[in-house]
Amino acid sequence: MLLTDSDLQAIWLTVKLASVVTGILLVVGTPIAWWLARTRSWWKGPVGAVVALPLVLPPSVLGFYLLLAMGPHGLVGQLTQTLGIGLLPFTFEGLVVASVFYSLPFMVQPLQAAFESIGDRPLEVAATLRASPLDAFFTVVVPLTLPGFLTASILTFAHTVGEFGVVLMIGGNLPGVTRVASVQIYDHVEALEYTEAHQLAAVMLIFSFIVLLALFAWRPNAKRGV
Amino acid sequence: MDPIQARFRLDWPGFTLDVGLVLPGRGVTALFGHSGSGKTSLLRCIAGLERASQGYLTVHGEVWQDGKRWLPTHKRPLGYMFQEASLFPHLTVLGNLRYGLKRVRGLRRVSLDQAIELLGIGHLLDRKPERLSGGERQRVGMARALAVSPRILLMDEPLAALDLKRKQEILPYLERLHDELEIPVLYVSHAPDEVARLADHLVVMEGGRVLADGPLTETLARLDVPIRLGEEVGVVIEATVGAIDDVWHLMRADFPGGSLWTQNRGVPVGRRVRVRVLARDVSLARQHPGHSSIQNVLKGRVDAIADDEHPGLALVRVRIGTSSLVALLTKRAAASIEVSPGQDVWVQVKSVALME
Repeated sequence: MLLTDSDLQAIWLTVKLASVVTGILLVVGTPIAWWLARTRSWWKGPVGAVVALPLVLPPSVLGFYLLLAMGPHGLVGQLTQTLGIGLLPFTFEGLVVASVFYSLPFMVQPLQAAFESIGDRPLEVAATLRASPLDAFFTVVVPLTLPGFLTASILTFAHTVGEFGVVLMIGGNLPGVTRVASVQIYDHVEALEYTEAHQLAAVMLIFSFIVLLALFAWRPNAKRGV
Repeated sequence: MDPIQARFRLDWPGFTLDVGLVLPGRGVTALFGHSGSGKTSLLRCIAGLERASQGYLTVHGEVWQDGKRWLPTHKRPLGYMFQEASLFPHLTVLGNLRYGLKRVRGLRRVSLDQAIELLGIGHLLDRKPERLSGGERQRVGMARALAVSPRILLMDEPLAALDLKRKQEILPYLERLHDELEIPVLYVSHAPDEVARLADHLVVMEGGRVLADGPLTETLARLDVPIRLGEEVGVVIEATVGAIDDVWHLMRADFPGGSLWTQNRGVPVGRRVRVRVLARDVSLARQHPGHSSIQNVLKGRVDAIADDEHPGLALVRVRIGTSSLVALLTKRAAASIEVSPGQDVWVQVKSVALME
C-alpha cells in the first residue's frame, strides 16, 4: 500500500491536531470534570448540559457558530485581531480551538465518572494525613483514576481524528494547514480517486479498531476504590 | 495539659447536633450512643471533615475553630481512623504509613518505627492493602494515623467492621496505645464491651445532644440519668489482681474499699484490670447474709436511690470505699429492708465480669 505525500501530510496533520487537542483538554477538561463531579451547586445541570452539547449537535451547527464567533465581526475574532493574532478560521489554530469545543465531552464525561466513582473518602483520608486539596488531587485522586484519564485521553484523541464537519466549516481544505485525513478522503472520493480513498480509509479503519481494542483491553484496572 | 473544648451546632434536615463539651487532654474518651445519636458527626466536626455553622474548638490551647477562624482538616494536627481502614490501594503498607509522615512539619512525637512496632505490622510493610486481612488493615490504619504524631487521635468505630475474633486481635493493641502513648483519644463506639474496657471518660449521646459526660466509673454510677451500656445498668470498677486461687480457679480483684472474686482468666497478679458489675447481679441485706452461695459480700453505705424505668423497680447506689456499686431491686424489696441514704448495708454481688 502506497500513500501519497499529500496523504502522509494529512495523516501527520491529523495526529498533530489530535495530540494538541488532547493535551489542551487534559488541562482544561480536568478542572471542569472535577467541579462537575463534586459540586452541589445549581449550576451543575446547565454546565453539564453545555459540555454535552457537542454530542448531539450536528457538527455543522457547532462549526457555524464557531465560525461566526471567530470571524471578523465575532467576539473572539475581534479579540484575536486586537491582540494582533489575526483571524482564526482557516488556520491550524482555529481548527484546534474548534476541536477543543467539539471533543470536550469526550474528555470531561469519562473523567467526571471516574472522579465520582472514588467518592469523598480518599480525599478525607488524605486531609487527615496533612495533604492539602491540590496535593491530594495529584497524589491520591490521579493515581486512583488513572484508568479514567487513559479512557478520556484515548476517546478524545480518537474523536478528534474522526471529526469532519467542524473541520470543513472552520478549517476548510488547505493542504498542510487544515486538510486532515477525513477531509483528504472526502477529496479523493470527490475526485473519483477510489484507490487512494481506499488506502487512506483502511488506515483510518485499522487505527480506530486498534484504539477501541486498547480501550477495552485496559478496563480490568478501571474499578478500584479506597 | 489543657483540655479539649468543643461546642458545635449543626443543622441538617431532620437532624440537629447541639453539643458543648470539655474533654480531658489525656486518656481515652468514648463517644457512646446509638446510630443517629450524632457521635460520628461530632467527631467529624472536631476533625474539620464537617463544618458546623456555629462552633468553637480548642485543642491543647490551639484554636481550631471559632467565630472567625476555621482550620481546614489538613492543617489540624490530628490522627483519624475511619471505620473501614480506608488505606490507599495504590500504595503499599509502607507507602501508606509514609504518606502522612512526610507531610508532617514540626515536632515528631511518634516515630515510624515506634508506630510499626506498637501495632505489630513490621512483616506487612511491602504488601498492598488488598492482600491484608480486615484486622491487619485496621492495624495499618491505626499506625498510619499515629505516624503523623497527632496531638489528638480520633477513632470512628475502628472495630465495628470486624468480627469478634478480629476484635479480640485488635483490642490489645488499642490498650497498648492507651498505656504507652500520651495522646488523647476520642473513640466513637456503640459497643458496650469496648467502652467498658477502653474508656477513661464517657460521653453519652442521644438525638444530637450530650446525655451525660464524665469519668467512666462515675458516669456509669449515676442514678439521675441511669446510663445503660447496652441494655443494662451496671458499673465498671478499676481494680488490681490481688490473688489467684488455683484450687478453685478464681481471681481476686482488689479495689480501694474492697475486693471481688471472679473466674481466673489467667491474668497475672499485680496487673490492672477492669471488672463490670451489672445492677441486676447486686442485692442488698441489712444483716450479714451468713452462709450463702454468693461469695462476694461487701460492706457499704447507701448514698442514693432512684426510680428505674419500670415503675416496680428502684436503683440503689452503694459506696464502698471510693468505688460505687449499683443494685437493681424491686421497690417492695427496698421498702421491706428499709433502704435509705446514709444507711450501712451488706452488698452481695452474684456475678462479676472481667473486661477482657
